[in-house]
Amino acid sequence: MISQLTRDERSSAMILCALLTLFGLALGIVGRDDVLGWHGALLAFAGLALLFVVMRGYYDPNPDPDRITKYYDDPTKVGVIVSMMWLVFATFVGDWVAWLLVYPELTFDAGWSSFGRLRPVHTTGVIFGFGGNALIATSFHVLQRTSRARLAGNLSPWVVLIGFNLFCLMAVTGYMLGITASKEYAEPEWYADIFLVVVWVTYFALYIRTLARRQEPHIYVANWYFLAFILVVAILHIVNNLAVPVSLAHAKSYSLFSGVQDAMTQWWYGHNAVAFFLTSGFLGMLYYYLPRRAGRPIFSYRMSIISFWGITFLYMWAGSHHLHYTALPHWVQTLGMTFSIVLVVPSWASAGNALLTLNGAWEKVRDDATLRFMFVAAVFYGLSTFEGSFMAIRPVNSLSHYTDWTVGHVHAGALGWVAMITFGAFYTLVPMLWNRERMYSSRLIEAHFWLALSGTVIYVFAMWNSGIVQGLMWRAYAEDGTLAYSFIDSLNEMIPYYFARAVGGFLFFLGGVIGLYNIWMTTRMPALEDPPVYDLPPVFETEPAE
Amino acid sequence: MSKPERDPYTGLMTTGHEWNGIKELMTPVPRPVKFFLATTILLSVLLWILYPTWPYGPNYTKGVLGVDQRTIVEENLSRSAALRMVWEEKFTATDMSELEADDGAMTFVRSHGARLFEDNCSACHGLDASGGPGFPSLTDDQWLWGGDADTILETLRVGINTSHDETRYAEMLAFGDQGILDSTERRALTTYVISLSRPDELTEQQTEGLPVGQELFLDNCSSCHGDDGGGILDVGAPNLTDDFWIYGGDAESIAATLRHGRIGVMPYWEDRLSEADRRLLTLYIRDLGPKPQ
Repeated sequence: MISQLTRDERSSAMILCALLTLFGLALGIVGRDDVLGWHGALLAFAGLALLFVVMRGYYDPNPDPDRITKYYDDPTKVGVIVSMMWLVFATFVGDWVAWLLVYPELTFDAGWSSFGRLRPVHTTGVIFGFGGNALIATSFHVLQRTSRARLAGNLSPWVVLIGFNLFCLMAVTGYMLGITASKEYAEPEWYADIFLVVVWVTYFALYIRTLARRQEPHIYVANWYFLAFILVVAILHIVNNLAVPVSLAHAKSYSLFSGVQDAMTQWWYGHNAVAFFLTSGFLGMLYYYLPRRAGRPIFSYRMSIISFWGITFLYMWAGSHHLHYTALPHWVQTLGMTFSIVLVVPSWASAGNALLTLNGAWEKVRDDATLRFMFVAAVFYGLSTFEGSFMAIRPVNSLSHYTDWTVGHVHAGALGWVAMITFGAFYTLVPMLWNRERMYSSRLIEAHFWLALSGTVIYVFAMWNSGIVQGLMWRAYAEDGTLAYSFIDSLNEMIPYYFARAVGGFLFFLGGVIGLYNIWMTTRMPALEDPPVYDLPPVFETEPAE
Repeated sequence: MSKPERDPYTGLMTTGHEWNGIKELMTPVPRPVKFFLATTILLSVLLWILYPTWPYGPNYTKGVLGVDQRTIVEENLSRSAALRMVWEEKFTATDMSELEADDGAMTFVRSHGARLFEDNCSACHGLDASGGPGFPSLTDDQWLWGGDADTILETLRVGINTSHDETRYAEMLAFGDQGILDSTERRALTTYVISLSRPDELTEQQTEGLPVGQELFLDNCSSCHGDDGGGILDVGAPNLTDDFWIYGGDAESIAATLRHGRIGVMPYWEDRLSEADRRLLTLYIRDLGPKPQ
């Protein structure tokens, strides 16, 4: 890693590490009487550790000057491994909280292991830890190939990757320490939010600068999606996290918004986090790795365009469907509902574009578990976007809201779409990155595929059942105007479904462990003397500016 | 750059762009996509016309159906109130003892009362109302404030140690934390309190020291718990001579109670449950307990 940096870059890296250490120390000293102090210590420790790593490689010989004629893949390699580690950790925690709902005593009487703290550890770990690292890693890879240009910087990719992971670490450790901003999927507090803004702006700048270097006349559709993901997530993150800290020495802050405005801002954020983090970014992934693996051209360029603008425009309006039948004015609910209904069309056009691209490659889908992962992902993408639009219809929502149906819907998207497309992309990407002919074991990919698919199906079916049963029991009235069931009645009905869900989740977790092992073993395979050529090299029409 | 070419499999032309081997076909947007886009947009416009939707300046379009979620909620509530009226009136107007003798009324109490209890009370008192550490059992004949119907109804209405203006109030003083009694005195008292219900458990030495404990009890405790430790219902002070304990009757628990005090809370329900519901719960709770022979 360090050997790929020039002496000057190593010096800059040391300055950055020192700054991080100082920032951590300042935070730790100012917040020593608060849980904030722990995060100061975490950053200071990370800064010192990184400083040590850079110093150890400081006097290594300068890198080969030819490096700038090649793509820069070290950050992607690290991102892939780290992403899979987050997956294993976060699905483990997820399965733990799933078992907690069957056996509530599994908290072992500790505060940090209570459901309310572990659940955001799971969601943040999966969405940001696993999903975020996967997006950063693949976006760097795709960006360079489709631009025929090397990343516009050797240090900033590391700032993005390491900074983002430090943010994720602050988030999950914070929840266990009891820190939360109480906004779903935006739980980290103000200092971590500001830290992420710096990282994210670096990411955006790096992406734009690399794109500006491109040697292709057109920007490939995958890059539109990645760029939409980076830009919109920045806007969402900043607006939703506007808050006033109680003091600079405390982790606690209060949102700038209150009441129904706060709820609307939160779900404008929440739904667009699904749209631009979990959909747009992963569509970028799909648009590169699926045609690469299938060896087929994209079915329709025009469908890519209308889907992109359809998704980007319509999602922005849809957040209010999370607040049907609440204090939110009725008209905002109708608006959110109708935009959600139209949204199904560009979503299905994207899924259809992916599936029709496989025309002419169906025998590969049958034989190749990697491509099958991406095929199943596109199917689940179609299913869960249809389900989402359906659930956004007010009368449907009156049954589904607050029930496990929502949980099932989210997991159809997260397990079936986000994770499956990532596995397909990683299994395509890893042999390319490490110059191998193939993955370490195709049988393990096959095993991972069936574990992931069966786990997802069990999970989603269990939650459909429990959600609809819950919804029906909660709304059931006897003829005398009294409730037909108490809440605990509905809870007792959930036990078999919760059990099934936890089993499904365990299968999915097991698949993730196998995936990490397979990827790790691929990196340990002996290097080939004559490695396959996967990519066209970067183009230099003029002298590269370095 | 590459020129548009014909894809051998589909026979369609590519756009002529290529990115690291990836090409795109010039397939026109399929008709179903256009059809569903048009349909969903038309449906949306229809919904905008029917329901409240677009804001303009100070107001918003109300929709031709004139629907508003607030009026819908009000309608639903009044419909539900009409259904409930049938039995609510009976339960509010009839005397409790009369209801207890009415088999039809008690059948209703056992079904609807159970759901009320499960939704509102069981989190503390347990599903079977047998209580737990810190929360009294409601199935026995031991009561802090009295177990007759009117008293239970009043406890439900105002709660214990709550913010209700007429709340029942009871506090076991923190004799240790507030420096009223030292540890030797508290130890003597603990032994004495045990002797009230289980004198056999004491050692000979402990039995000899009982007069000291008794004197301390009369000085400090009897104003609430009574001279004989039998409790006083009017002030919510429990009987110490039986084997029912809210916070535990072993020496360690009694010592902790003496040292740190107790101020247990029972929420008040006047704002959350109707009088009919509170009466229903009262009857349900009394129905759980031992029946008078």
